[in-house]
Amino acid sequence: MTSTAQDTPRKARRSRAPGRGVPLALLAPALIGLAFLLVPLLALVVRAPWRDLPEQLTSPAVWDALRLSLVCATTATALSLVVGVPLAWLLARTDFPGRSLVRALVTLPLVLPPVVGGVALLLALGRNGVVGRWLDEWFGVTLPFTTAGVVLAETFVALPFLVISVEGTLRAADPRFEEAAATLGASRFTAFRRVTLPLIAPGVAAGAVLAWARALGEFGATITFAGNFPGRTQTMPLAVYLALQNDPAAAIALSLVLLAVSVAVLAGLRDRWTRAV
Amino acid sequence: MTTHPAPQGLDAHLVVERGSFRLDITLTAAPGDVVALLGPNGAGKTTALRALAGLAPLTDGRLRLDGRDLARTPPESRPVGVVFQDYLLFPHLTALDNVAFGPRCRGADRSEARTRAAAWLERMGLAAHMGAKPKRLSGGQAQRVALARALATDPRLLLLDEPLAALDARTRLEVRAQLRRHLADFEAVAVLVTHDPLDAMVLADRLVVVEHGRVVQEGAPADIARHPRTEYIAQLVGLNLYRGRADGHTVRLDAGPEVSTTENLSGPAFVAFPPGAVTLYRDRPTGSSARNLWRCEVAGLESHGDQIRVELTGELPLAADLTAVAVAELGLHTGAPVWAAVKATQTHAYPA
Amino acid sequence: MIRSARLAALVLLVSLGLGACSSSGGGDGSPGGTVTVFAAASLKESFTELGDRFEEEHPGTGVTFNFNGSDSLAAGIVGGAPADVFAAASPSTMARVTDERLTADAPVTFARNRLAIATAPGNPHGIGSLKDLAAPGLKVVLCDETVPCGAAARKALAAAGADVTPASYEQDVKSALTKVRLDEADAAVVYRTDVRAAGDTVDGVDFPEAAQAVNDYPIARLEKAPNAPAADAFIAFVMSPEGRKVLGKAGFLAP
Repeated sequence: MTSTAQDTPRKARRSRAPGRGVPLALLAPALIGLAFLLVPLLALVVRAPWRDLPEQLTSPAVWDALRLSLVCATTATALSLVVGVPLAWLLARTDFPGRSLVRALVTLPLVLPPVVGGVALLLALGRNGVVGRWLDEWFGVTLPFTTAGVVLAETFVALPFLVISVEGTLRAADPRFEEAAATLGASRFTAFRRVTLPLIAPGVAAGAVLAWARALGEFGATITFAGNFPGRTQTMPLAVYLALQNDPAAAIALSLVLLAVSVAVLAGLRDRWTRAV
Repeated sequence: MTTHPAPQGLDAHLVVERGSFRLDITLTAAPGDVVALLGPNGAGKTTALRALAGLAPLTDGRLRLDGRDLARTPPESRPVGVVFQDYLLFPHLTALDNVAFGPRCRGADRSEARTRAAAWLERMGLAAHMGAKPKRLSGGQAQRVALARALATDPRLLLLDEPLAALDARTRLEVRAQLRRHLADFEAVAVLVTHDPLDAMVLADRLVVVEHGRVVQEGAPADIARHPRTEYIAQLVGLNLYRGRADGHTVRLDAGPEVSTTENLSGPAFVAFPPGAVTLYRDRPTGSSARNLWRCEVAGLESHGDQIRVELTGELPLAADLTAVAVAELGLHTGAPVWAAVKATQTHAYPA
Repeated sequence: MIRSARLAALVLLVSLGLGACSSSGGGDGSPGGTVTVFAAASLKESFTELGDRFEEEHPGTGVTFNFNGSDSLAAGIVGGAPADVFAAASPSTMARVTDERLTADAPVTFARNRLAIATAPGNPHGIGSLKDLAAPGLKVVLCDETVPCGAAARKALAAAGADVTPASYEQDVKSALTKVRLDEADAAVVYRTDVRAAGDTVDGVDFPEAAQAVNDYPIARLEKAPNAPAADAFIAFVMSPEGRKVLGKAGFLAP
């Protein structure tokens, strides 16, 4: 905690304020918070049915669910990026009547219970929904009970995370770079693409990771809007929930797989950024 | 209405209203002119610059450049280059790509844009730093990259916002001289904004002094230094300045007392004299030939180079420069009563 | 999350209060205190009514319900939730509690439920049997096999020889029914009681194979019931003719 004379010189050089420890008033709550987050995850590991694990994990159903989860979460993140970054730009860089209302509306899915979000999606995009009816009639497209439905449900809950994150980054970025680009002949779109986007790239990446993580864990909106069918709409969280009904050991095993994959992906991405920056 | 052949250069009447602030200035310049907008902070200089660049919309007025009406033209379509106060070099691009950015946006292909950018950087003496990102450049280098970037689009109007403000004193001297050379080579109109009279006088052919959103004086730097028309300019050039009404060799000041001068004038007039021309006495001088004598009180003392500037209030508020020895001998301190005298030959009167 | 937290707080309060009450209560045939009943979601309408009537007949005794999927309830009880009575929608979910020896006595069956096909009002696709559900293009939802209605539906479909590929395996019977009510699915295999509770928003179609997949509803007092006298009284009330009448009205069959 405190650097002492026993510290090696290298260590001492690295610590920012030699001789000054972390105040207990900050350290204690920080450690409690950390423990609060980690103990439940540790419990999963401790209570995992390690002996049955190989058998659980070789079941093709698990890999189907995992593959579907990864594909859907990644597609939902891509979709969120395509519409979310421009939306964040609109909120941060333009002035239009009712902008603060729009911003509040964008964050609504964050407070909406996901199951309600799923019902709302059914009412909007379902076979008989406000919009879905026309999709069905004109294009013969129905979204509930399809993999596309899973992607939409995940996008619905993940998009606000991305928009909020990117908008925050945009507000922190100096808008005068865009002005400088304009005086050099760049249209607003060129300025956004060649100047703003590279400047806010770390914020966009952070937002994308948040959105991806949220999409990967999505349960309520997915099962409500897209239903549950193995290989088509049964993602890992759905598989975990249903396994929990009568086989808690299997549920724990599935959760561990989901945790391991998430940690691997997030840690991998993090390394890549820190190297790039 | 008569039709002229399209006049070359800048012809602008800029009116920008923002809340209670109103900028209303007229600005004209011929190709090759370097005009400095000089004024205190908040005078509206930067607003004027942004209006010229198209970054702040005109409320009213006109803006013509080489005969072309630009008042409603968006910034990206104006033949205008800007060097921003803190340069705003794109941090993710190399010096070369920063300079190539403008030509690229204006239609050049990648290799052509880079060739032109490289030529500009070479001209600026930056051939060795083309691949460097802005954070690896020194202040002076960054300033030159910013200038190259603005010039690489061949603008017909070059705008510079406090071009030397971000530099330390030593770099400033050197960059000022370089900038002066580049501006002298520039064949179109250049407008620079500064609050530093020295920058303005060294770099510009003509000064336009802006206060509270209006032009208070304009002309050649030497004329303005000799004949300041506002207290702000007088302070900038280090003169005591008063307005009054002249009658022969006497000017009755608006502030009250009279000043004897060598000039012979009548009507509204300014009287100016440098602080170094003021002599101070603790007791009323008897043998002094000076006819301009006022009873004052010391309001403040401040080091000013190797002299001490004494701020005086009383019959006539004025500034006097004394040596430290003189201040000690007179035993001056805040609140001390003194007599201030100025010889008529040291004053300078001119029509208002 | 808020609801379950509030519930947990309630359960805690109730169980703390009961420690004091249970010893003193019940002199005049009213056991007193509060009885906490964990009941399957499909019992919501009928048990709510039963609870009201029970409180009328036993002044001073309150009933608190926790309605949820039988499996979640069983998991809660195994995890130590302080309940007095558990009423499950299938013997297999009850077995998870009896396997841990957490019931006071052997569970008894208090009601039975049959499956039915729920369709949109007026049965626009003319569905008359389980085999009709295999028609191509028909969107059918079933309960997931991990929940009782799904296990029962699977048994019935096998008995009918119907090879149905559903659009989705729903996590409980209510969400299967909701898909039909929202017209996202053309048909769902649910309980008769659910069809009846849905009123005229769906039509019910009975089928003979339902007899081979009748679902027994077991009830039991829990070993660690904080208010055992009230728990016994409530179970007796459910088994009474009056209780049978209320359950029958909801569409349950007598055991």
